[in-house]
Amino acid sequence: MAELDLDSADGRREALRRMVTIRAFDQEAGNRFADGEIPGFVHLYIGEEAVGVGTCASLESDDYIASTHRGHGHCIAKGLDPKYMMAELYGKAEGYCNGKGGSMHIADVDAGMLGANGIVGAGPPLATGAALSIDYQDRDQVAVGFLGDGAVAQGQVHEAINLASTWDLPAIFVVENNHYGEGTPVEKQHNLDNLSDTAQAYDIPGVTVDGMDITAVAEAVAEARERARAGDGPTMVEAQTYRYRGHYEGDEEPYRDDEEVERWRDQDPIESFKDRLIERGELTQEEFDDLRAEIEASIDDAVEYAQETDAPEPSAAYEDMFVEQPPELERFANVARTDGGANGGDHR
Amino acid sequence: MTAQAELEQETETMTVREAIRQGLREELERDEDVYLIGEDVGVFGGVLEVTGGLYEEFGEERVRDTPISEAGFMGAATGAAATGTRPVVELMFSDFMGVSMEQIMNQMAKMHYMFGGKAELPVTVRTTEGGGMGAASQHSGTVHTWIAHFPGLKAVAPGTAASAKGLTKAAIRSNDPVFVFENKMIYEQSGEVPTDEDYTVPIGEAAVEREGEDVTVVATQRLVGESLGVADSLEGDVSVEVIDPRSLYPLDTDTIVESVEKTGRLVVADESPLSYGTHAEIATRVQEEAFFSLDAPIQRVGTPDTHMPFSPPLEQEVLPGDDDVRAAIERIA
Ligand SMILES: Cc1ncc(C[n+]2csc(CCOP(=O)(O)OP(=O)(O)O)c2C)c(N)n1
Ligand SMILES: [Mg+2]
Repeated sequence: MAELDLDSADGRREALRRMVTIRAFDQEAGNRFADGEIPGFVHLYIGEEAVGVGTCASLESDDYIASTHRGHGHCIAKGLDPKYMMAELYGKAEGYCNGKGGSMHIADVDAGMLGANGIVGAGPPLATGAALSIDYQDRDQVAVGFLGDGAVAQGQVHEAINLASTWDLPAIFVVENNHYGEGTPVEKQHNLDNLSDTAQAYDIPGVTVDGMDITAVAEAVAEARERARAGDGPTMVEAQTYRYRGHYEGDEEPYRDDEEVERWRDQDPIESFKDRLIERGELTQEEFDDLRAEIEASIDDAVEYAQETDAPEPSAAYEDMFVEQPPELERFANVARTDGGANGGDHR
Repeated sequence: MTAQAELEQETETMTVREAIRQGLREELERDEDVYLIGEDVGVFGGVLEVTGGLYEEFGEERVRDTPISEAGFMGAATGAAATGTRPVVELMFSDFMGVSMEQIMNQMAKMHYMFGGKAELPVTVRTTEGGGMGAASQHSGTVHTWIAHFPGLKAVAPGTAASAKGLTKAAIRSNDPVFVFENKMIYEQSGEVPTDEDYTVPIGEAAVEREGEDVTVVATQRLVGESLGVADSLEGDVSVEVIDPRSLYPLDTDTIVESVEKTGRLVVADESPLSYGTHAEIATRVQEEAFFSLDAPIQRVGTPDTHMPFSPPLEQEVLPGDDDVRAAIERIA
C-alpha cells in the first residue's frame, strides 16, 4: 500500500492537504525570514508542491528520501511535522535537528528523511547508499534521491546513478526541473531538451512528466517503485515544474519576467488538482477554503511554537560530534565555553 | 596500555598485510552487516593485495567491486551507513581522496552533528599512504592530517602488525566514521599479533613500544619500526622511549605528556609534510601540558614540504627515515 492512495477520495484529500500545507508553511517561512526571525537562507518550494507530494504519495512510509537545499516540501510530503520543522528553521532546541541543522539540513532519519542538503548534487549518492543497505539486507523499501535541474550537471550525481544502475539497486532519481539553477536557465546548463535523456547512458528508464500535475508524478514514481522492488534497478523521473519565488528569499530575479511566472501560475498544481476534485464532486470550494484556513491556522501555531520554544543551551554546541565523543571536545570546550567551562577555562 | 601488555596474550607472527586481512575476515564473520566495497577489492584482491582471498570466502555481495567512482561510492557508503549497514570502503590510494572529498567533508563528517545526533555513521575507510616504492607524487602522498584535522572524523594509522589488526577491527566496530591509514611500505613487516577474535586497539590509545629515560620519540606508521631500530642502536648512549600514538584523532595526549614529563625531550616523527600538520599538533599539546618539563626544543621529522619525487635518489632525499630520527635525537640529547 502506497503512503497515499490517489485512487481513493481520502488519499486525494490528504494529498491536497499536504500540498496546501507546503505552500502555507513556505509562505510563512518567507514572511518570517523577511521579518528577520529566521537566520541563514531559505529556499522555498512554492509552485513545486506536486513533485514532492506526488513522489511521496507513491512511496511506502518507511522508504527513504534524500533531499536538496529546497527541502521543506519534501519533509512535509514525507509526513514530517511542520511544528518541529519550523522550530528547526528558528534554530530551536526542539527542532528536528535540535537547532544544529536549520532549513538546509532538516532531517528525520527514523522517518526515512535523510536530510535536506546544502551541497548541490550530494543527495543522489546518499540515496544510492540507502538503496544499497536495502538491497544488502533484502528489505522491502526503496530510496529516492531528489535533485534539481542544476544538479544534473554534477559529477557525483552521475557516479551515483551509474552505481545504482550497475548494481540494480532499488533507487529512484527524481529530477525537479524548475528551469533554473539560481539565475541560470536550464538551456544554458545542459545541451539536452529532456534531462531524463541522461538515463539512456545508464540503460535505465528515464521519463519526463508534467510536474505541475500530482497524478502524473505519482504514476511515474509508482511505476519506478514497482520496477525497483522487482529488482530491475533505478529509474529517472524528470518532473517539469517551476518555482514561483526567487532562488532564495531576497533574490531580485533579474533573469526572468513576470509574464513567464504568470504562464506557470496558470497551471498551478494546487488549483488544478483542487478543481479536479471539485469536478469529481468530492470537494466543494467552501470545503477547500475551510481546509486552507485550518492549515494556515496550524502553520500560525507552528510559528508561534517556534518563536516561543527554547533556544538550545550554548553548551549543546559541543555535543553530537560523534557517537563516542573524543576527549578533544571537552579539552577545547573547556577553553572556549562562554560559561567559563567546567574547569574555569583551564586546558587541564 | 603498553604494547607489551597487549602481547601478553596468545599471538601469532604475521605481516601487517595479513594482520589487516585477518581483522577484516574476523569482522566479516562476526557481523553480517559488515561488507567491503572499493575498486578491485574483490576478484583482484586489492591492488596492494590486502583483501586477497576474501572474495572467494565471502562472495560478491560482501566483497564488492565498484566502478572507479570515488565520490559515488564514498557517498553511497555514507548513505548506507546512515541506513543500517556497516560498509568498509577501500580507497585505493589516499591521493585519490580529493576526488571523494565532498562526500567525506560535507556528508560523512557532518551528518551526525547537523542532524542533532540522530544519524549514526558506522563507516570505515581504509586507504594507503606513503612514499618509498617509486610510485611518484600522485600515489605516494601522506594525507592523514586532512582527516585528523576535519571535525567529525576519526583517524588511525597503525605502525605494527598488532595495531594494524586491532585498529582495523576497532574501526569497523565503531559507530563513528573512522579512517584507517595504512602505510604501504610496512605491509610486509612482520610482528606478533594477538589471535583473540575480540582483540581490538581502542581508538584513542597510544602504545609505549619501548621504554626509555632520555628522549621521547612519538612515531607513526613506518617510522615506528625505524625509530625502534634507532633506539636499539643508541642503547648505552641515549635511552629512547618510543610511542606509537596509533590513533591520530582522537590523540592520546596523556600518554605522550607523561612520557615527556619523564624524559624532558621530544621528537615527533611522521611522514606527513612538516608545515601545519600532525607534528605541530602533537608539539602544541605537549607544550600546553608539559611546558615546564621540556629541556630542549621539540624536534620534527617529516617530509620537508615537497611532493614525493619519482627518481629513487630524489625520493630517498625527502622521505623521512631512521637517519632523520637519529639526527633529531642527537640534536637534543
Ligand atoms: C556544490 C555546490 N555548488 C554550488 C552551490 C550553490 N547553489 C545552491 S543552490 C544552487 C542552484 C541549484 O540549482 P538546481 O539544482 O536546479 O536546484 P533549484 O535551486 O533550482 O531547486 C547553487 C548553484 C551549492 N550549494 N553547492
Ligand atoms: Mg533548478
